[in-house]
Amino acid sequence: MEFQAKELFAKHGVTTTLGVVVETADEAKAAAEQIGGVTVIKAQVKAGGRGKAGGVKLAKTADEAFGHASNILGMEIKGLTVNRVLVTPATPPEEEYYFSFLLDRANRQYLCIASVEGGVEIEEVAKTNPDAVKQIAIDPGTGVDAAKAREIATEAKFPEPVFEQAVEMIEALYKVFVEEDATLVEVNPLARLAGDKLEALDGKVSLDDNASEVRHHDHEAFEIKDETDPLEAKAKDKGLNYVKLDGQVGIIGNGAGLVMSTLDVVAYAGEAHGGVKPANFLDIGGGANAQVMADGLDVILNDPQVKSVFVNVFGGITACDEVANGIKGALEILGDAATKPLVVRLDGNNVEKGRAILDELNHPLVTQVGTMDGAADKAAELANA
Amino acid sequence: MSIYLNKDSKIIVQGITGGMGSKHTTLMIESGSNIVGGVNARKAGTTVELAGTTQPVFGSVAEAMKETGADVSVVFVPPAFTKDACIEAVDAGIGLLVVITEGVPVQDTAEVWSYLQSDKNHAGTRMIGPNCPGIITPGESLAGITPHTIAGTGPIGLVSKSGTLTYQMMYELKDFGFSTAIGIGGDPIIGTTHIDALAAFEADPDTKAIVMIGEIGGDAEERAAAYIKDNVTKPVVGYVAGFTAPEGKTMGHAGAIVSGSSGTAQAKKEALEAVGVKVGRTPSETAALMREVLQSL
Repeated sequence: MEFQAKELFAKHGVTTTLGVVVETADEAKAAAEQIGGVTVIKAQVKAGGRGKAGGVKLAKTADEAFGHASNILGMEIKGLTVNRVLVTPATPPEEEYYFSFLLDRANRQYLCIASVEGGVEIEEVAKTNPDAVKQIAIDPGTGVDAAKAREIATEAKFPEPVFEQAVEMIEALYKVFVEEDATLVEVNPLARLAGDKLEALDGKVSLDDNASEVRHHDHEAFEIKDETDPLEAKAKDKGLNYVKLDGQVGIIGNGAGLVMSTLDVVAYAGEAHGGVKPANFLDIGGGANAQVMADGLDVILNDPQVKSVFVNVFGGITACDEVANGIKGALEILGDAATKPLVVRLDGNNVEKGRAILDELNHPLVTQVGTMDGAADKAAELANA
Repeated sequence: MSIYLNKDSKIIVQGITGGMGSKHTTLMIESGSNIVGGVNARKAGTTVELAGTTQPVFGSVAEAMKETGADVSVVFVPPAFTKDACIEAVDAGIGLLVVITEGVPVQDTAEVWSYLQSDKNHAGTRMIGPNCPGIITPGESLAGITPHTIAGTGPIGLVSKSGTLTYQMMYELKDFGFSTAIGIGGDPIIGTTHIDALAAFEADPDTKAIVMIGEIGGDAEERAAAYIKDNVTKPVVGYVAGFTAPEGKTMGHAGAIVSGSSGTAQAKKEALEAVGVKVGRTPSETAALMREVLQSL
């Protein structure tokens, strides 16, 4: 969110105004009084187009700040509920620029995008006047030093009165990008304020989850729990790779690609069964022991939308008998909490042993189907029953 | 014949003494791979017993290569140390670097790639991965974690972003077999791409047809389609996972995230079909398309 991006900007010496983040209209009023003068009340959600949605308002007085905050708090922007607003001094820009560093997947390097022609309307500028949007490749091996920052500022044609500030800001923004392990650092607008002062008025930072795990444990603080689906939060606590979707067939599988494929196959199968859809993505990875399987089933069975569960495992390294024992153990752990039908498809390593374990278990909720397509069809049928 | 890896490949394992490293080194040896040792600076000079063999542990990749003549390294070191392990292997001039490790910070991979491209990399290391199952030339050699028991040797070349979908597809087509199957990994930045593998399969006389498995995110499949149009004469069958994935959500693979209109499974399918690649809606349908292709050859 914007206020978090600004915290990271400030940490690395990017000129910005932090403002005050509040969760009630009363607090917004108090913040506006404290800041004094005209303020801006801005919805804090992880979505673009906040202004167009009515989530950004100018307040001449503290009472107006109260009124705007009352309206904005609780509003929905692109499906996200606004739970907090940022109150900042209103600093009308004389000019608006755009600046970002991002990961360039296709070219396997970093990319800097800069434009002095447009700030907020950068996408429009990119369409109508692409030459005004400069794209500058950054070699991850050499990065951006003072000389490179100067080269970028020159290429982007930052005007003379703010040129030196731009050079400094580019260097500082690159520090945000590499030192925080970001995949995107965007300033939009980068504003030229009265008195030729350059400031990051609004921004966005996307962080690399892998890097946060490996070396930025402080990034955990950026995660805002109230925006996370409760089932996703529960899954995360248990270390599961789970994404909640809007459907009726719970999915458990091993390997991200196979699970994505399973979602597709279930969606196709659902076409013949009342249009049922996959309820989630859940990858239990290679080591599908009883506890992981139980944790996964526990999360899925707690989704009130779920009508049936499809366990789709290809035993590569994992042996199917281990997976079958995992399912058996999970059903024992869950006991009466397991209430929805399970369709299990096992294939690959030790498949006969795995199927035999489940045959022997002869659990009333468990149905085994030999192929992925057949199992998806059965799971969809049961979800539509 | 095969691509990148064959019976003459001599393989070392970086991280041979770790849990993943020792487990999979054992499996590689059992599959018939010629494993000649491992690297762990802290345990240099010792040996490890794996699958009935005694594997020497060297202090560096350079030393291991000098002593054993190794030309392939498989990396199992934890993500925090993967960058350094890769740089070390590149410096030593390893021919093929297979990075299995999952969870590597993407900027680390970007730096390794930059280093690979720089003048310092005289020997020209080819990197596969990270976050991938590696590469298998059935009946000859395995450098990675793909189960060697799924399928034997045959006319199909396979390249995939996903590990388990690789296994699934090999299983579906096990009666035909594979020249080489390579998992390139699902991270946003990877070494060997679909295009690299397509070019290698095109040049490999034993590969008669190619299966290409992609997934949502990025535009690698679209670029592969453009490459196929101008450069690949062998039949290609495709599969793309993630038709039902919602926008803006990461589905396990760091690279598998749909943003805006680009990177969708539908767009990738259309791009591939536009250049004559038959694309299956499911793994089994894709396998059926490949059967038709092979039976008509």
